[in-house]
Amino acid sequence: MLDGNAIAGTLDDIFGREMTLTMSTCGHCASRGPLAETVVYLRAPGVVVRCRMCQAVLMVVVDRRGTYCVDLRGISALALG
Amino acid sequence: MKWRFATVADVHPETGRTTSIALRVPGWGGHLAGQHVDVRLTAEDGYQAQRSYSIASAPDDDGLVLTVEEIDDGEVSPYLVEELQPGDELELRGPIGGYFVWEESKGGPLLLVAGGSGIAPLRAMLRHRLARNGDVPVRLLYSARKLDEVIYRDELTRAAENDGIDVHLTLTRERPDGWQGYARRIDRDLIAEVAWPPAERPLAYVCGPTPFVEAAADALVSLGHDPGRIRTERFGPTGS
Repeated sequence: MLDGNAIAGTLDDIFGREMTLTMSTCGHCASRGPLAETVVYLRAPGVVVRCRMCQAVLMVVVDRRGTYCVDLRGISALALG
Repeated sequence: MKWRFATVADVHPETGRTTSIALRVPGWGGHLAGQHVDVRLTAEDGYQAQRSYSIASAPDDDGLVLTVEEIDDGEVSPYLVEELQPGDELELRGPIGGYFVWEESKGGPLLLVAGGSGIAPLRAMLRHRLARNGDVPVRLLYSARKLDEVIYRDELTRAAENDGIDVHLTLTRERPDGWQGYARRIDRDLIAEVAWPPAERPLAYVCGPTPFVEAAADALVSLGHDPGRIRTERFGPTGS
Protein backbone atom coordinates (compact mmCIF):
# COMPACT_ATOMS: atom_id res chain seq x y z
CA MET A 1 0.00 0.00 0.00
CA LEU A 2 1.49 3.27 -1.15
CA ASP A 3 0.11 6.67 -2.04
CA GLY A 4 -0.56 8.65 -5.19
CA ASN A 5 3.05 9.85 -5.44
CA ALA A 6 3.94 6.33 -6.57
CA ILE A 7 1.81 6.57 -9.73
CA ALA A 8 2.82 10.10 -10.73
CA GLY A 9 4.56 8.72 -13.83
CA THR A 10 1.59 6.56 -14.83
CA LEU A 11 -0.83 9.46 -14.33
CA ASP A 12 1.44 11.66 -16.44
CA ASP A 13 1.30 8.98 -19.19
CA ILE A 14 -2.50 8.98 -19.08
CA PHE A 15 -3.29 12.67 -18.62
CA GLY A 16 -0.18 14.16 -20.23
CA ARG A 17 0.60 16.37 -17.23
CA GLU A 18 1.65 16.36 -13.59
CA MET A 19 -1.38 15.09 -11.67
CA THR A 20 -0.37 14.53 -8.04
CA LEU A 21 -1.44 18.04 -7.00
CA THR A 22 -4.78 17.69 -8.81
CA MET A 23 -7.73 17.67 -6.42
CA SER A 24 -10.11 14.75 -6.81
CA THR A 25 -13.50 14.27 -5.19
CA CYS A 26 -14.58 10.84 -4.04
CA GLY A 27 -17.85 9.72 -5.63
CA HIS A 28 -18.72 7.77 -2.49
CA CYS A 29 -17.98 10.03 0.51
CA ALA A 30 -17.44 13.35 -1.33
CA SER A 31 -14.12 14.01 0.44
CA ARG A 32 -11.69 16.05 -1.65
CA GLY A 33 -7.89 15.95 -1.73
CA PRO A 34 -4.83 15.86 -3.97
CA LEU A 35 -4.29 12.62 -5.89
CA ALA A 36 -0.91 12.32 -4.09
CA GLU A 37 -2.81 11.54 -0.88
CA THR A 38 -4.89 8.67 -2.24
CA VAL A 39 -4.20 5.07 -1.19
CA VAL A 40 -2.52 3.12 -3.99
CA TYR A 41 -2.11 -0.62 -4.44
CA LEU A 42 0.38 -1.46 -7.18
CA ARG A 43 0.28 -5.21 -6.70
CA ALA A 44 -3.39 -5.73 -7.46
CA PRO A 45 -4.07 -6.86 -11.04
CA GLY A 46 -3.42 -3.37 -12.31
CA VAL A 47 -3.17 -0.26 -10.17
CA VAL A 48 -6.01 0.33 -7.70
CA VAL A 49 -6.47 3.82 -6.23
CA ARG A 50 -8.68 4.19 -3.16
CA CYS A 51 -10.08 7.11 -1.15
CA ARG A 52 -8.03 7.75 1.99
CA MET A 53 -11.16 8.66 3.96
CA CYS A 54 -13.64 5.90 3.03
CA GLN A 55 -11.50 3.36 1.10
CA ALA A 56 -13.88 3.38 -1.89
CA VAL A 57 -12.23 2.58 -5.24
CA LEU A 58 -11.55 5.83 -7.11
CA MET A 59 -9.61 4.57 -10.08
CA VAL A 60 -8.34 1.35 -11.66
CA VAL A 61 -5.59 1.37 -14.28
CA VAL A 62 -4.65 -1.72 -16.25
CA ASP A 63 -1.82 -1.74 -18.78
CA ARG A 64 -2.78 -4.13 -21.61
CA ARG A 65 0.19 -4.61 -23.90
CA GLY A 66 1.08 -0.94 -23.84
CA THR A 67 -2.49 0.40 -23.82
CA TYR A 68 -3.85 1.85 -20.59
CA CYS A 69 -7.41 0.91 -19.66
CA VAL A 70 -8.57 3.51 -17.12
CA ASP A 71 -11.70 3.21 -14.96
CA LEU A 72 -12.48 6.53 -13.25
CA ARG A 73 -16.01 5.83 -12.12
CA GLY A 74 -15.23 6.30 -8.41
CA ILE A 75 -14.21 9.92 -8.92
CA SER A 76 -17.02 12.46 -9.09
CA ALA A 77 -14.76 15.39 -10.01
CA LEU A 78 -11.17 16.08 -11.01
CA ALA A 79 -10.15 19.72 -10.76
CA LEU A 80 -7.83 20.12 -13.75
CA GLY A 81 -6.77 23.74 -13.29
CA MET B 1 6.94 10.83 -20.55
CA LYS B 2 10.10 9.95 -22.41
CA TRP B 3 12.40 7.11 -21.32
CA ARG B 4 16.08 7.95 -21.60
CA PHE B 5 19.38 6.25 -20.95
CA ALA B 6 21.56 7.31 -18.05
CA THR B 7 25.16 6.28 -17.48
CA VAL B 8 26.36 5.29 -14.03
CA ALA B 9 29.14 7.69 -13.05
CA ASP B 10 29.76 6.41 -9.52
CA VAL B 11 28.49 3.85 -7.06
CA HIS B 12 28.90 4.69 -3.38
CA PRO B 13 27.77 2.33 -0.59
CA GLU B 14 26.02 4.33 2.15
CA THR B 15 25.13 1.59 4.64
CA GLY B 16 25.08 -2.21 4.49
CA ARG B 17 21.81 -2.19 2.56
CA THR B 18 21.84 1.12 0.71
CA THR B 19 23.93 2.47 -2.13
CA SER B 20 23.99 5.86 -3.79
CA ILE B 21 24.18 5.76 -7.57
CA ALA B 22 25.41 8.89 -9.35
CA LEU B 23 24.11 9.16 -12.90
CA ARG B 24 24.88 11.22 -15.94
CA VAL B 25 21.70 11.81 -17.91
CA PRO B 26 22.15 13.41 -21.35
CA GLY B 27 19.49 16.04 -21.96
CA TRP B 28 18.33 16.11 -18.33
CA GLY B 29 16.44 19.35 -17.74
CA GLY B 30 16.86 19.57 -13.96
CA HIS B 31 14.54 18.62 -11.14
CA LEU B 32 12.96 19.93 -7.94
CA ALA B 33 13.93 18.67 -4.48
CA GLY B 34 11.58 15.82 -3.55
CA GLN B 35 10.86 14.54 -7.06
CA HIS B 36 11.54 10.97 -8.16
CA VAL B 37 12.38 9.03 -11.30
CA ASP B 38 11.02 5.77 -12.65
CA VAL B 39 13.75 3.22 -13.39
CA ARG B 40 13.16 0.37 -15.85
CA LEU B 41 15.21 -2.78 -16.23
CA THR B 42 14.82 -5.02 -19.27
CA ALA B 43 15.90 -8.66 -19.19
CA GLU B 44 17.39 -10.41 -22.22
CA ASP B 45 14.02 -12.06 -22.90
CA GLY B 46 12.29 -8.67 -22.96
CA TYR B 47 10.74 -8.90 -19.49
CA GLN B 48 10.61 -5.46 -17.88
CA ALA B 49 10.45 -4.39 -14.24
CA GLN B 50 9.89 -0.78 -13.21
CA ARG B 51 10.31 0.98 -9.86
CA SER B 52 10.27 4.56 -8.57
CA TYR B 53 13.26 6.03 -6.72
CA SER B 54 13.51 9.41 -5.06
CA ILE B 55 16.20 11.76 -6.28
CA ALA B 56 18.63 12.22 -3.38
CA SER B 57 20.67 15.04 -4.93
CA ALA B 58 19.70 18.70 -4.86
CA PRO B 59 18.79 20.61 -8.02
CA ASP B 60 21.99 22.58 -7.35
CA ASP B 61 24.23 19.46 -7.45
CA ASP B 62 26.00 18.18 -10.53
CA GLY B 63 24.38 15.05 -11.88
CA LEU B 64 21.63 12.95 -10.44
CA VAL B 65 21.95 10.71 -7.38
CA LEU B 66 19.57 7.92 -6.42
CA THR B 67 19.94 6.18 -3.06
CA VAL B 68 18.57 2.66 -3.32
CA GLU B 69 17.80 0.30 -0.44
CA GLU B 70 18.16 -3.38 -1.20
CA ILE B 71 14.95 -5.29 -0.57
CA ASP B 72 15.31 -9.02 0.05
CA ASP B 73 13.98 -11.03 -2.93
CA GLY B 74 13.30 -7.78 -4.81
CA GLU B 75 13.36 -7.75 -8.60
CA VAL B 76 15.13 -4.45 -9.14
CA SER B 77 16.91 -3.22 -6.01
CA PRO B 78 19.35 -6.19 -5.58
CA TYR B 79 20.62 -5.55 -9.10
CA LEU B 80 20.99 -1.80 -8.48
CA VAL B 81 22.73 -2.26 -5.12
CA GLU B 82 24.87 -5.34 -5.79
CA GLU B 83 25.58 -5.47 -9.51
CA LEU B 84 25.61 -1.98 -10.96
CA GLN B 85 29.06 -0.63 -11.95
CA PRO B 86 30.30 2.72 -13.22
CA GLY B 87 29.84 2.86 -16.98
CA ASP B 88 26.65 0.73 -16.92
CA GLU B 89 23.51 2.17 -18.46
CA LEU B 90 20.09 2.48 -16.85
CA GLU B 91 16.79 3.41 -18.41
CA LEU B 92 14.86 6.09 -16.56
CA ARG B 93 12.22 8.78 -16.96
CA GLY B 94 11.52 11.89 -14.97
CA PRO B 95 11.62 14.07 -13.04
CA ILE B 96 8.23 13.01 -11.69
CA GLY B 97 5.92 14.48 -9.05
CA GLY B 98 4.70 17.92 -8.05
CA TYR B 99 3.22 17.34 -4.61
CA PHE B 100 6.14 16.14 -2.48
CA VAL B 101 8.38 18.97 -3.58
CA TRP B 102 10.12 21.80 -1.73
CA GLU B 103 11.51 24.96 -3.29
CA GLU B 104 12.88 27.94 -1.46
CA SER B 105 9.84 29.98 -2.49
CA LYS B 106 7.60 27.68 -0.43
CA GLY B 107 9.34 28.98 2.69
CA GLY B 108 9.18 27.37 6.10
CA PRO B 109 10.03 26.76 8.81
CA LEU B 110 10.78 23.40 7.26
CA LEU B 111 10.12 20.26 9.28
CA LEU B 112 11.50 17.08 7.71
CA VAL B 113 10.48 13.74 9.21
CA ALA B 114 12.20 10.65 7.79
CA GLY B 115 11.88 6.94 8.45
CA GLY B 116 14.66 4.68 7.11
CA SER B 117 15.46 5.26 3.44
CA GLY B 118 12.66 7.87 3.39
CA ILE B 119 15.52 10.26 4.12
CA ALA B 120 16.48 10.37 0.40
CA PRO B 121 14.06 13.06 -0.93
CA LEU B 122 14.38 15.01 2.35
CA ARG B 123 18.16 15.01 1.93
CA ALA B 124 17.60 16.62 -1.48
CA MET B 125 15.53 19.34 0.23
CA LEU B 126 18.15 19.86 2.95
CA ARG B 127 20.97 20.06 0.37
CA HIS B 128 18.92 22.52 -1.67
CA ARG B 129 18.38 24.71 1.38
CA LEU B 130 22.13 24.61 2.17
CA ALA B 131 23.19 25.25 -1.44
CA ARG B 132 21.01 28.35 -1.62
CA ASN B 133 22.33 29.52 1.74
CA GLY B 134 18.85 30.86 2.47
CA ASP B 135 17.34 31.67 5.83
CA VAL B 136 14.59 29.04 6.08
CA PRO B 137 15.10 27.18 9.38
CA VAL B 138 15.14 23.39 9.03
CA ARG B 139 14.57 20.69 11.60
CA LEU B 140 15.14 17.10 10.54
CA LEU B 141 13.86 14.24 12.66
CA TYR B 142 15.22 10.98 11.30
CA SER B 143 14.32 7.55 12.63
CA ALA B 144 16.50 4.51 11.93
CA ARG B 145 16.75 1.13 13.61
CA LYS B 146 20.42 1.46 14.49
CA LEU B 147 23.31 3.83 13.98
CA ASP B 148 24.94 1.95 11.11
CA GLU B 149 21.64 2.14 9.20
CA VAL B 150 21.65 5.95 9.32
CA ILE B 151 22.14 7.02 5.70
CA TYR B 152 24.25 10.19 5.03
CA ARG B 153 25.32 10.22 8.68
CA ASP B 154 28.49 12.30 8.27
CA GLU B 155 26.80 14.72 5.90
CA LEU B 156 23.88 15.24 8.29
CA THR B 157 26.26 15.82 11.19
CA ARG B 158 28.07 18.49 9.15
CA ALA B 159 24.78 20.05 8.00
CA ALA B 160 23.74 20.48 11.63
CA GLU B 161 26.74 22.77 12.19
CA ASN B 162 25.02 25.42 10.06
CA ASP B 163 22.91 28.11 11.68
CA GLY B 164 19.24 27.32 11.44
CA ILE B 165 19.71 23.60 10.70
CA ASP B 166 18.90 21.10 13.44
CA VAL B 167 19.25 17.35 13.00
CA HIS B 168 17.70 14.92 15.48
CA LEU B 169 18.28 11.19 15.20
CA THR B 170 16.26 8.54 16.93
CA LEU B 171 17.41 4.91 17.01
CA THR B 172 14.54 2.52 17.59
CA ARG B 173 16.22 -0.85 17.96
CA GLU B 174 19.86 -0.61 19.00
CA ARG B 175 21.96 2.19 20.46
CA PRO B 176 25.72 2.48 20.84
CA ASP B 177 27.08 3.04 24.34
CA GLY B 178 26.78 6.65 25.38
CA TRP B 179 24.17 7.47 22.68
CA GLN B 180 23.00 11.05 23.16
CA GLY B 181 20.14 11.10 20.65
CA TYR B 182 16.59 9.84 20.97
CA ALA B 183 15.95 6.15 21.51
CA ARG B 184 12.30 5.57 20.68
CA ARG B 185 9.85 5.41 17.83
CA ILE B 186 8.50 8.67 16.48
CA ASP B 187 5.26 9.47 18.25
CA ARG B 188 3.22 12.47 19.35
CA ASP B 189 5.51 13.32 22.28
CA LEU B 190 8.70 13.11 20.25
CA ILE B 191 7.27 15.26 17.47
CA ALA B 192 6.01 17.78 20.02
CA GLU B 193 9.52 17.94 21.46
CA VAL B 194 11.31 18.44 18.13
CA ALA B 195 8.83 20.34 15.94
CA TRP B 196 7.92 24.00 16.08
CA PRO B 197 4.58 24.69 17.77
CA PRO B 198 1.59 24.70 15.39
CA ALA B 199 1.29 28.48 15.79
CA GLU B 200 4.57 28.87 13.87
CA ARG B 201 2.97 27.01 10.94
CA PRO B 202 5.88 24.78 9.92
CA LEU B 203 5.75 23.19 6.48
CA ALA B 204 6.16 19.46 7.14
CA TYR B 205 7.40 16.75 4.77
CA VAL B 206 7.10 13.18 6.01
CA CYS B 207 8.62 10.26 4.08
CA GLY B 208 9.11 6.62 5.00
CA PRO B 209 7.38 3.26 5.15
CA THR B 210 3.58 3.52 5.16
CA PRO B 211 2.98 2.80 8.90
CA PHE B 212 5.72 5.30 9.83
CA VAL B 213 4.19 8.03 7.69
CA GLU B 214 0.69 7.36 9.05
CA ALA B 215 1.94 7.58 12.65
CA ALA B 216 3.96 10.77 12.09
CA ALA B 217 1.26 12.54 10.08
CA ASP B 218 -1.46 11.58 12.59
CA ALA B 219 0.75 12.86 15.41
CA LEU B 220 1.27 16.20 13.65
CA VAL B 221 -2.47 16.62 13.06
CA SER B 222 -3.35 15.65 16.63
CA LEU B 223 -0.89 18.28 17.90
CA GLY B 224 -2.83 20.89 15.96
CA HIS B 225 -0.72 21.28 12.83
CA ASP B 226 -2.61 22.32 9.69
CA PRO B 227 -3.13 19.19 7.52
CA GLY B 228 -2.76 21.47 4.49
CA ARG B 229 0.88 22.08 5.49
CA ILE B 230 1.76 18.39 5.92
CA ARG B 231 2.99 16.59 2.81
CA THR B 232 3.49 12.85 2.85
CA GLU B 233 5.15 10.23 0.68
CA ARG B 234 4.83 6.53 1.51
CA PHE B 235 6.84 3.65 0.20
CA GLY B 236 6.78 -0.08 0.75
CA PRO B 237 6.79 -2.63 1.98
CA THR B 238 6.29 -3.46 -1.67
CA GLY B 239 8.88 -6.18 -2.10
CA SER B 240 10.64 -4.07 -4.68
